[in-house]
Amino acid sequence: MSHRTFVWICLLPLVVVTIAFFLLPIAQLVVVGATGPRGLSAYLAILTEPRYRATMINTVVLAAATTIATLVIATIAGLFLQRHRFPGRAVLIAMLTFPLAFPGVVVGFLIILLAGRQGLIGAISNAVSGEKIVFAYSIFGLFLGYLYFSIPRVILTIMAAVQKLDVGLEEAARSLGASPWAVQRDVVLPALGPAFVASGAIAFATAMGAFGTAFTLATNIDVLPMLIYTEFTLAANFSISAALSIGLGVIAWAILALARSFSGGAVAAAG
Amino acid sequence: MRDRLIFLGQLGFTLLVAAFLVVPVILSLSAGVTVNYFRGIQSGITLQWVRQVWELYAGEIFLSFVIAIATLVVTLVVGVPAAYALHVRGGKLSRVIEEIITLPLAIPGLAIALALLLTYGGFGSFRRSWLFILAGHVIFTMPFMVRSVMAVFASIDIKTLDEGAASLGASPWRRFRNVIVPNAMPGILAGSLMVVTLSLGEFNLTWMLHTPLTKTLPVGLADAYASMRLEVASAYTLIFFVMIVPLLVAMQMFADEGQKR
Repeated sequence: MSHRTFVWICLLPLVVVTIAFFLLPIAQLVVVGATGPRGLSAYLAILTEPRYRATMINTVVLAAATTIATLVIATIAGLFLQRHRFPGRAVLIAMLTFPLAFPGVVVGFLIILLAGRQGLIGAISNAVSGEKIVFAYSIFGLFLGYLYFSIPRVILTIMAAVQKLDVGLEEAARSLGASPWAVQRDVVLPALGPAFVASGAIAFATAMGAFGTAFTLATNIDVLPMLIYTEFTLAANFSISAALSIGLGVIAWAILALARSFSGGAVAAAG
Repeated sequence: MRDRLIFLGQLGFTLLVAAFLVVPVILSLSAGVTVNYFRGIQSGITLQWVRQVWELYAGEIFLSFVIAIATLVVTLVVGVPAAYALHVRGGKLSRVIEEIITLPLAIPGLAIALALLLTYGGFGSFRRSWLFILAGHVIFTMPFMVRSVMAVFASIDIKTLDEGAASLGASPWRRFRNVIVPNAMPGILAGSLMVVTLSLGEFNLTWMLHTPLTKTLPVGLADAYASMRLEVASAYTLIFFVMIVPLLVAMQMFADEGQKR
């Protein structure tokens, strides 16, 4: 057997599995989306139908808010952890990164324990002011859940980027008389740009498409994945749910591809 | 003095973030072993909820392990040779294939699940068996295995090793077994940990693909969150943590090791 043949044999199973369980199904999804009662215009429904458009805007705003908040939090914490050595630092890093692979459903439950009807925040606010604060089952709960989900991932990326920064540049800026804030603003933050884009895109795409957290918190939170789910299972509206999920997939993919072409690294969402 | 204040401010902030991540986990662990969460830990510590979860959901937990192991076997058998082929072939086609198998990382699981349902929903016996969930998990985890192995190949000049063995007259299969796989081991192990961890926790796809007879651990979790008392839901989460945290720790150790090399 020649080397060439062997290489093809190595590749063949992957090609078969990918075609059978990914490419064919996605093609079928595209076809179903286009052959409902609305025809091809189902693909525009996400923009033209007011109800779907409102959900779409909701989802994008939520994802953008999650991304910005996560980046701010992770940058402050990541810079701090990478720039200082103190006792307990390793434990702190472990605490900030261990929820990395918690599934969305579990994150949803943790948010319920924090801000749900029997939650910690409600208990504390009840003891302090006599009023029980409960917001787990709303879009704020979902925002908190996505923060929980994204912070570990983004902190890791930012810490790795800070480690690669050239400390000489900061020293040069300081020796030229720049204030600490000016050094952060003009030297450190711009140098972290690619890391912001890469990790921000992951946070954004994840918050757009994640389903488990929203599902655990409440089925009536108005975001795109929940809309697709209810259209498919409750309304049995196959063509619209197919078209909407194609739209969602294209948006998530485009954000990640854009970020990758900008930052040059491998970028992937997780759910 | 000012530096000290900035340091303390940042430390305080970072501790707050850590508390946000850790406190809910502690709440969940303690609720799982508390007699009555509403009355607090004073009501006593018990394992009755853990036992109850085991009685109710042992089947789900067992099926999750079966699917995770099966996903691992398929991604190993299919993914490792493919990573080798993609690396030595190089060229445009290989890049396109790599790009395509990486798409499931960008496309939400919900969309992939709908696609599988709309395509294979009519194949009754396949749709009803756990193999249907396996198909979804394989598609979702494959890129992690392939890329993790390819990353190792990129760092150790596998082509020279391969050609050296070939010039000594070793057959392609023998080279693959005795040269390629041993050298790819760090990537295979890291990829395997990732695949098992992801498969055990996968919900987005699985929730759509499962049937009443093919429920996995996370599907059971969602079920418990929706319909069981808080203590039972917490005990179930506790069991999940006990299973998943060692895998996460091992993965983190691997990543640290990789950084040192």
